[in-house]
Amino acid sequence: MSQAIYLNFIKDDRWKYITDGLKVTLEVTLFAVLIGIAIGFLIAVVRSTYDKTGKLKLLNGICKIYLTVIRGTPVLVQLMIIYFVIFGPVKISKVLVAVISFGINSGAYVAEIFRSGIMSIDQGQFEAGRSLGFNYVQTMWHIIMPQAFKNVLPALGNEFISLLKETSVGSYIALQDLTKGGDIIRSRTYDAFTPLIAVALIYLGLVLLFSWLVQILERRLRQSER
Amino acid sequence: MSVDYGSPLIQVKGLGKQFGDLKVLEGINLDIYKGDVVFVVGPSGSGKSTFLRCLNRLEESTAGHIYFEGADITDPKVNIDLHRQKMGMVFQQFNLFPHMDVLKNMTMAPMKLQKKSQGEAEKEAMALLERVGLADRAHAYPSQLSGGQKQRIAIVRALAMKPDVMLFDEPTSALDPEMVGEVLNVMRDLARERMTMVVVTHEMGFAREVATRVMFMENGNFLEEAPPEAFFGSPKNERLKAFLSKVL
Repeated sequence: MSQAIYLNFIKDDRWKYITDGLKVTLEVTLFAVLIGIAIGFLIAVVRSTYDKTGKLKLLNGICKIYLTVIRGTPVLVQLMIIYFVIFGPVKISKVLVAVISFGINSGAYVAEIFRSGIMSIDQGQFEAGRSLGFNYVQTMWHIIMPQAFKNVLPALGNEFISLLKETSVGSYIALQDLTKGGDIIRSRTYDAFTPLIAVALIYLGLVLLFSWLVQILERRLRQSER
Repeated sequence: MSVDYGSPLIQVKGLGKQFGDLKVLEGINLDIYKGDVVFVVGPSGSGKSTFLRCLNRLEESTAGHIYFEGADITDPKVNIDLHRQKMGMVFQQFNLFPHMDVLKNMTMAPMKLQKKSQGEAEKEAMALLERVGLADRAHAYPSQLSGGQKQRIAIVRALAMKPDVMLFDEPTSALDPEMVGEVLNVMRDLARERMTMVVVTHEMGFAREVATRVMFMENGNFLEEAPPEAFFGSPKNERLKAFLSKVL
């Protein structure tokens, strides 16, 4: 046991594959989530504006195509297309490609999460805002969004967690993330068990940590209503 | 009670509303003057609420014009948000903002739309809360309030914008019977202060007591208009007679 740990992590500073990989995984997840939230937010606003008022027909059509394509194809295929086809001719950081790919992918799912949140708010809230003299955007921003966000927070947390795990397919473009780190150690030491189980435990620990953080945030937001 | 019969505050001309082939309102004319307390009664489905919601364009009319303070607010080019600031509305379901406390519910619109300072907006809000006996609930959230309290807050939230007219859409229909009185008291005070009001309601006794005019609506039009004594005492229209015999 201690021999395996020495061989896989201590010798030749192999633990650095794990910590460097972890850093990349967190980096990619964080920035992809930010891109995903930005894209998702914009699309949700366009789609629900169209649903409510019939305006923005063209934009709504574009958004629907985006959602269909992104949700209808595997994330790994999207990642490879973006890396090998779109950015094929240029030299570009793999981390950046991963951030863009996972961000665009996540945006489609976040958009539907946000949209369901907006649509879940009673129409009366919207009317109350408009009747006070707020315009459409102000009503959305000050009255609908804060309530919608609270409603979708658990779903958003889940999306973050599944994105964290999903980034592991970045290995396919040789992204040096946590999964790849464990895999490199395996290829050096010919011991698959120790590094892969270690990687799995780290993912599990992260997921538990983030689930807990989301729960705390949720509880804090709910408190204001009791 | 005195009504200023100068130029009307709200003038409705030939108002119509159609949902597809269904005509909900047709050819409605009504002048509402400053200090008027107009009650609209009638069977459910007659178009009362639709009419009221057309007045501030929560519902878009499909024919006719509505003039508010001289401006044609049915004109698509008009900035309806500015006019709505002068038309308070109270809903059957209260529609308080659940993510804000009472004070924030009341101060948000004056601060964001009328650029009032927080101090000024809160001072005015507290004065209004004092008036309806809810000053001690200023920091409560809507979920902590009873139905009657919610509706009183909804009324003062609309009043905080200092509107020129208040629209009430069945304000007591969602309340438990023992809470109806406290809401009517607030409305009665408003009527005494000569706030211009348009009220859609089923509270006939209350209409008789505070209205300057009562309108009877059926099938999307006003069939009778009269001061309350005449309206309830000597109704002319046969449909109104039948209606009153059922509800009184």
